[in-house]
Amino acid sequence: MAAIQYKPTRMELSNLKKRLKTAVRGHKMMKDKRDELVRRFIVLARKNKELREQTEAKMAAAMQNFVLAKATMSNNEIEEALLYPARGIEVDAEKQTILSIPVPKLSMSTSEEIVYPYGFSSTSADLDGAVQAIAEALPLMLELAEVEKSTARLADEIEKTRRRVNALEYVMIPQYTEAIRTIQMKLDENERGNLSRLMKTKEMLQAQAQ
Amino acid sequence: MAKAKVAVIGDKDSVMLFKAVGIDVFYETDGEKANRQIKQLAREGYGVIYLTETLYPLCADAIETFQTEPYPAIIPIPDVHGSQGTGIRNLKGYVETAVGVDILFNT
Repeated sequence: MAAIQYKPTRMELSNLKKRLKTAVRGHKMMKDKRDELVRRFIVLARKNKELREQTEAKMAAAMQNFVLAKATMSNNEIEEALLYPARGIEVDAEKQTILSIPVPKLSMSTSEEIVYPYGFSSTSADLDGAVQAIAEALPLMLELAEVEKSTARLADEIEKTRRRVNALEYVMIPQYTEAIRTIQMKLDENERGNLSRLMKTKEMLQAQAQ
Repeated sequence: MAKAKVAVIGDKDSVMLFKAVGIDVFYETDGEKANRQIKQLAREGYGVIYLTETLYPLCADAIETFQTEPYPAIIPIPDVHGSQGTGIRNLKGYVETAVGVDILFNT
């Protein structure tokens, strides 16, 4: 690995040591963060899978009924029946955070009661079934939206965190360790050079005195 | 953001039904236009946008734009032709990016 060149001074050495310490601590924290994220992600992903299967089953039922209804009613009639919704939906959207990642939190504040937006005289029973099924699927759909978005955000964040952990573990920390070792060796070498020079001088002085 | 609106975008047959429960419905089958529609809806404060699975792959641009934001959530839903498994495939992708291997579906 190509280590960065540092000046072999004591100042640089102590700076590097401090940085290494920070890097090691950061690495540990990132690792903990990653582990916790993965744990939560797996819980979310499981839930996501379940919810999606449920929602899709419910919606398939609704669509089936709707297709049947379309077979028995004319297009215009259906459009007329559905044109004007009997109720609006109100969705409370909050932001919650999972380990400081903002994810959505949705809750529906409308009543669960099913209201048909049309009279029963000109519509087929299949349409009622379709509307009922879709109304039942609605809370599930919202929960799915919340969970799916959270899963996506977490997956993104996990990847980022993992990169950071790897960068620290395999690049930053080895680089610092290597640089510290090099400087330490240079300093020691200087020290030894100095010492032998002193010994030599002393010898020469002694020889002169005799 | 306290109150969010909910929208469905897709072809007429698939999404007309959602009108009955009070969701805002937009008819769109063209990918380019749907992209623009999504971006506009996001500006107007829609919190959740459901897309039919047929339209979902065509709107990759808009989806990517909002990938890193908490809102709006863009969620694929099956249309009249039934589910094509886009949602599950997405989830699989998330699991693979996060954990490295697919641990949910290999059984």
